[in-house]
Amino acid sequence: MRWLWIDRFLEFHPGKSARAVKNLSLAEDVFAEHFPGYPVMPATLILEGLAQTGGILVGEANDFQEKVVLAKIIHAVFHREALAGEQLIYDVELLHLRPEGASVQGKVTSAPIGDPVIGDPGKTATAVGEAEIFFAHLDKARSQQLFGDHNFVFSGELKHMLGLAKVAAKKKNGET
Amino acid sequence: MPTQDEIYAKVSATLVEALNVDEDEIKPTATLQGDLGAESIDFLDIVFRLEREFGIKIPRGELFPEAIFQGDPEFVQDGKVTDKGLSELKARMPFADLSGFEKNPELTGIGDLFTVDMITRYIQGKLGN
Repeated sequence: MRWLWIDRFLEFHPGKSARAVKNLSLAEDVFAEHFPGYPVMPATLILEGLAQTGGILVGEANDFQEKVVLAKIIHAVFHREALAGEQLIYDVELLHLRPEGASVQGKVTSAPIGDPVIGDPGKTATAVGEAEIFFAHLDKARSQQLFGDHNFVFSGELKHMLGLAKVAAKKKNGET
Repeated sequence: MPTQDEIYAKVSATLVEALNVDEDEIKPTATLQGDLGAESIDFLDIVFRLEREFGIKIPRGELFPEAIFQGDPEFVQDGKVTDKGLSELKARMPFADLSGFEKNPELTGIGDLFTVDMITRYIQGKLGN
């Protein structure tokens, strides 16, 4: 299984905010055990999705030159469970960006269970949770010694997310 | 300009949020790492919050200098900070109370200079300018 906990960016405003979507499919391995007969998305993985949305926002702000690692979840609240079949929307706003690190405010919404509005999830969405997430930029000199030039954080798939977002935006605008 | 008490109250509230500690754990002499359990990443969080709370800019390494001595033998010998090291500390951190540290300048004790009072004095100095 690949460690991707968002499916696509819906909006991306460099250095400011981002919105991503995560579809919860019953076919995902996580639901086999969490829980049999009652597929609840683990809150930790919702946080991971928010952190990936926020981490790419932070990484892009420095052209993916920094190794952005999740350092601290300052605050997190969950209001309800998210079940298989739901479509989660992750909204992240950049609060601080400095050479040493960054912080973001994130919120998760989804259409209420029993009243899904597929394709227009924002319309009747209710809050699933919020979190403030703190990222550190790994010290360049030190991480160079440990990892070399390779940026293991933004090595491939996470960075390709933005490419997918661009394709979707073009299609939406009727371009080819 | 806010009074020292007002600054202290805001600094306390900031630390309660950043370190998830109870308000009654915050005392002027409380050390961030020893008494309040701060880890290295918390220092950056504290800096972000102070900037937002007081509307100031805190340049990197000004409030919490990182690796002040870099293993320089002129500054540290046998695990103790030398006189030259002490004057370097005073120059870099004029807002820190070094009176206790000077009596027993063990390098490992530097973390104890980071107290609630120290942050309050730093902010006072920043706002005064």
